Amino acid sequence: MGHPTASRMLRPMQVSNTRARSDIQRPAGLFARVDARELLFRGLVTAVAIGLVLLVALMIYELAHEALPAIRKFGVGFLWSTDWNPPKERFGALPFIAGTLVTSLLALAFATAIGVGAAVFLVEFAPGWLRVPLSYTIELLAAIPSVVYGLWGVFVLGPWIQHTAGPFLLRYFAWVPFVDGPALGVGILAAVLILTIMILPTIVAISREVIAAVPRSQREGILALGATRWEMIRIAVLPYARSGVLGAAILGLARAIGETLAVALVIGNSTAIPHSIFSPAYTMASVIANQFREVENDMHRAALIYIGLLLLLITLLVNAIARALVWRVTRGQSTTVIE
Amino acid sequence: MIAISAADRRRRSIIDTIATGLIVAAGIGVIVPLFAILIFIFFKGLPALSLDLFTQNPGPTGVPGGGVKNAIVGSLVLLLLAMAMGLPLAIAAGIYLAEYGRSRLGFAIRFVVDVLAGIPSITIGIFVYTVIVLPMGRFSAFAGGVALALIMLPIVARVTEEMLLLVPQITREAAYALGVPKWRTIITVVVPGAASGIITGIVLAAARVAGEAAPLLFTALGNNFYSRDVLRPIDALPLRIFTYATGPFDYQHEQAWASAFVLVMLVLALSVLARAAIQRRAR
Repeated sequence: MGHPTASRMLRPMQVSNTRARSDIQRPAGLFARVDARELLFRGLVTAVAIGLVLLVALMIYELAHEALPAIRKFGVGFLWSTDWNPPKERFGALPFIAGTLVTSLLALAFATAIGVGAAVFLVEFAPGWLRVPLSYTIELLAAIPSVVYGLWGVFVLGPWIQHTAGPFLLRYFAWVPFVDGPALGVGILAAVLILTIMILPTIVAISREVIAAVPRSQREGILALGATRWEMIRIAVLPYARSGVLGAAILGLARAIGETLAVALVIGNSTAIPHSIFSPAYTMASVIANQFREVENDMHRAALIYIGLLLLLITLLVNAIARALVWRVTRGQSTTVIE
Repeated sequence: MIAISAADRRRRSIIDTIATGLIVAAGIGVIVPLFAILIFIFFKGLPALSLDLFTQNPGPTGVPGGGVKNAIVGSLVLLLLAMAMGLPLAIAAGIYLAEYGRSRLGFAIRFVVDVLAGIPSITIGIFVYTVIVLPMGRFSAFAGGVALALIMLPIVARVTEEMLLLVPQITREAAYALGVPKWRTIITVVVPGAASGIITGIVLAAARVAGEAAPLLFTALGNNFYSRDVLRPIDALPLRIFTYATGPFDYQHEQAWASAFVLVMLVLALSVLARAAIQRRAR
């Protein structure tokens, strides 16, 4: 889903300049008059902008309202109950919360390790002729629709896990906790791999920006002290870029948590708590995608909307933290990440 | 004075080599999945491509043949609806942020717009279901258009803001000097000056929502038949891929790959074009 850094290219170089002076008022003199149309125009665009804030509030209210029957009946216990039984109208969200946490945190770990490495490569190692085409290709990865990742997951990644990766892991790594058969193809591992691929562009793009923003003098200083290139990166570059990279990771996490169809196609759809990396499971978003159209009763629908409300609140929180971190590093510039 | 022994120096140099190797591997490895996916879309999608795909509607389930014309048309209808509803609001919000948004309120709104961009599309789908589908009593292309519009809103608003800020201040001052009021300056000088950038941003946003299926599941719903009626359920290319990917029949899988090929080519073409335009402007 999306284009991580269109904004970087869209970003004006001289923004801060323009901004600083952009409020110069028209001279108010003898011929100035109160222009009703000026007030009208300003009021109109302001109203629309405030409307966006109200929209987010309305979303929270509306989901809470529709989830009310489930909230009344199950309360906070909904969060840790594992019982998901639509015909008997008993609902608990723990299997989905667990599935979401496990898949998105694992994907985040993989994607951060690879993504920050790739960002360092792009900024510090890649020769000039490679830098632009490589960044460009990574950004295109973000433009491929979620459902296409899912299709690829079903027909390519799933069978590969079932026939190649799964048996290999079970044979040589069965002693590792949570590596436990059978490898069905669909399940936690497939979802983790798909999510890793999908959030990589976000993490690479933002990390690259914050790493590139580390002042040159910082690098030169430590090189002059005799550091190797890796020591320079470890001591002078990464600590400086830390909070921005953290913001990038959290933004990636938000994407992974909200990702729906690609995951819905490969996670295997099971309401049991996953016990192995090959277990079929469900995430909060994918259970909504798969069950909402065929709800068995009103309580089932309210419970799914309850999950949707939790998902909304979690992603709002995670996004707010991430934006705040990235904003602090980039000083308010270049924060639109078109996802 | 710190003495550096030869062994110490060698150890550091080995660590440096290992770290460099890992970093280069990450840099190269990150594009492997893209090629893995593109190769399969080509080799599975291209052979399954046929004229029928574009000219026929889906046949009865289980009968090979037919096409996805209804889904292609449906996607276009949804995109037009989303743009008609979303763009005026998004551009107005962008104008506010760029021209009037230097206050504390503007900062807060900018933050909320960024956060809005991060809301999962499935949640937007449920929201539109509760505010439009339930009161209307039916799934409809209109509801699907609203869902897609909500996804486009924050993207286009922020791009508009950034493009308007690119217009040199001196242009505004020239208009003021001629006695043109601020609101009219914005409409007749600033926005036209930024138009090509804004349009590029709109194309990127359109490419993004053209691939969205999650927000359509409970709004546009999907439809096995050809429909252009705004008040009825309508099909979309991503929805069709989702349905066929989970279907039991081989012909469905083939058409899913062919549809994915069409969708990816469309989305990549739009992205590449838009990016080329941005780069030309940046120079």
